[in-house]
Amino acid sequence: MSANLTPRAKFATALLRTAAVLSRATGRGDGSVIGGRVGLIVEPRLLELLADGRHVVLISGTNGKTTTTRFTTAALEAIGKVATNSFGANMPTGHTTALAKSPKATYAALECDEHYLGQLLDAAHPKVVALLNLSRDQLDRAMEVTALAQKWRQTLEMSAGQTTVVANADDPLIVWAASVCERVVWVAAGQSWTADSAICPNCGSHLDRFGEFWRCTNCGLNRPSPQWSVAQAGEAVVGPDGRRYDLNLQLPGRVNRANAATALAIASLFGVEPAQAAPKLSEVTSVAGRYAKVERDGRHLRLLLAKNPAGWLESFDMIEKTPPVVLSLNAREVDGFDTSWIYDVDFTSLAGRKVVVTGDRRTDLAVRLEVDRVDYIVVDDIRAAIAAVAPGPVEVVANYTAFQDIRAEFNRVN
Amino acid sequence: MSISTLRIVWLYPDLLSTYGDRGNLLVLAHRARARGIEVEPMQVRSDQHIPHGADMYLIGGGEDGPQAVAAERLLDDGALVKAADAGRPILAICAGYQLLGESFYANGRCYPGLGILDLRSDRGESRAVGEIAGEGSAALDIGPITGFENHGGRTHLGEAVQPLAHVSAGIGNDGVTEGAWAGHVVGTYMHGPALARNPRLADLLLSWAMGIDPRTMPQVDDAWPERLRAERFVALAPE
Ligand SMILES: [Zn+2]
Repeated sequence: MSANLTPRAKFATALLRTAAVLSRATGRGDGSVIGGRVGLIVEPRLLELLADGRHVVLISGTNGKTTTTRFTTAALEAIGKVATNSFGANMPTGHTTALAKSPKATYAALECDEHYLGQLLDAAHPKVVALLNLSRDQLDRAMEVTALAQKWRQTLEMSAGQTTVVANADDPLIVWAASVCERVVWVAAGQSWTADSAICPNCGSHLDRFGEFWRCTNCGLNRPSPQWSVAQAGEAVVGPDGRRYDLNLQLPGRVNRANAATALAIASLFGVEPAQAAPKLSEVTSVAGRYAKVERDGRHLRLLLAKNPAGWLESFDMIEKTPPVVLSLNAREVDGFDTSWIYDVDFTSLAGRKVVVTGDRRTDLAVRLEVDRVDYIVVDDIRAAIAAVAPGPVEVVANYTAFQDIRAEFNRVN
Repeated sequence: MSISTLRIVWLYPDLLSTYGDRGNLLVLAHRARARGIEVEPMQVRSDQHIPHGADMYLIGGGEDGPQAVAAERLLDDGALVKAADAGRPILAICAGYQLLGESFYANGRCYPGLGILDLRSDRGESRAVGEIAGEGSAALDIGPITGFENHGGRTHLGEAVQPLAHVSAGIGNDGVTEGAWAGHVVGTYMHGPALARNPRLADLLLSWAMGIDPRTMPQVDDAWPERLRAERFVALAPE
């Protein structure tokens, strides 16, 4: 921690903070990325030096990592101060900034971009690594998911060492990647998108599925028995000893109950009893604007971020059955320029309710909804969408930059 | 019209199904239904036999490993080659397009294709990723084409096929032409829901499946697809 930093690392940390403050002051985001970049130029080992001596958990996967990191942070705060990259800056520059900003934190809960897991394992020597799921996401710039699982597998084999892995038993790609590790805690975290795991990642044969169980028809890779799961009925997590822990989450949906189960599993590895951690999770009301509730002109909007097919399907599972739904789609660089993936999302569950379509690529959405025989109206922006629906609850589902546009309309609500 | 239910087979979604490939099946079903024709979609996994006598066959895109496996199983099965010989319409996308040819490259190796289309594919120097547009084959009367491509391959057409389009933006086969067709078989690098953006190509495939003249098919309200096409062409236009 900071007391042990070399003069060079201290100087790098000071510069990092200055750069972050300047970036914020000039309105360029929260400064996490630029600050981290400056610090790492002065001291390339800054991340490693800042992580040294702390108890670190890395959380990675295609979907749910921001929320799971937030839950984990809340749980660990029961026993001490936690450094975390809560602004979603999930690459080494963001991690460096998160650690520099909280020099006294004993614990660190770091959301990690899928492609940086190896680098973070080497630099941060985490006590725990949590692997949530892998599915298709921004295909036109990212690696194929099976190749990514292979990379994780190699990385974990080389670098996991003393690390305990908390992994999703329901995702074959995750199981295959994590099964090289000596210490794995399995969580039945569910899989809302199975199209990327029809084939065994180990041998290429078909996977058979029986309810939640799955197995390879050839090589024997199968679903490990989970220690942690989400209760079938009610809102609770079942721990390794079979005890139930009630959740009372403010965040909606089955997928967030699964994220909570993962957070409780992580926290217990740090010595936080689930009974102590679970109430902390219900204090989380929104995560960087996700699930935030905002009001305008009598319309009560709930904001849901969904970046890829799995995320959109999860959102449709979360939303209330009757209120109007606003869908917003962009295809800027961070979203991926390709909108083809909307054809992997089944929109038919939206039929029969009011659906309003907006975003840069609203025409793509309109054509997509027409194919699924869902009635819709198309509007220019979120203001027009609000005007187009009656007062009352409204569900808003948007992909990354579309979500940030809507959040900006509400003063970057958190 | 002679048939009231179209049987459309989607081949090997377990191996070949990248972003939005299901979209082509959905668009065909939607456009058929708009004319009072039901579609019976059939997904055939790579460990199942391909049914003979379906009205149309679709095959999607994928990565190198699954592409090589798919080609081998399609050759073993034989039904797709027979369907092509019988004049059944086939739409093949990206990796699926390449494997209909004489040969293709995957994982640095040359593999034999099904030989349904007279073309050969190899690797380009860089990946072709982005919007693609061009003038569709005049003989097919499909108008300008618009799509999104994402592939590392380059395809060289032989004498027995014609290009699906001549490109004005994007790479397609080689920066000059895009896709290929012969008889009732169409291959293209426009991935995912290519038919959503090219309704006339969708209707052409349907008309082949039904054995009718496309000009005799009732019109479908294409206001939104036409708006989408216009938007994509504008996005490509020089400033
Ligand atoms: Zn296997």
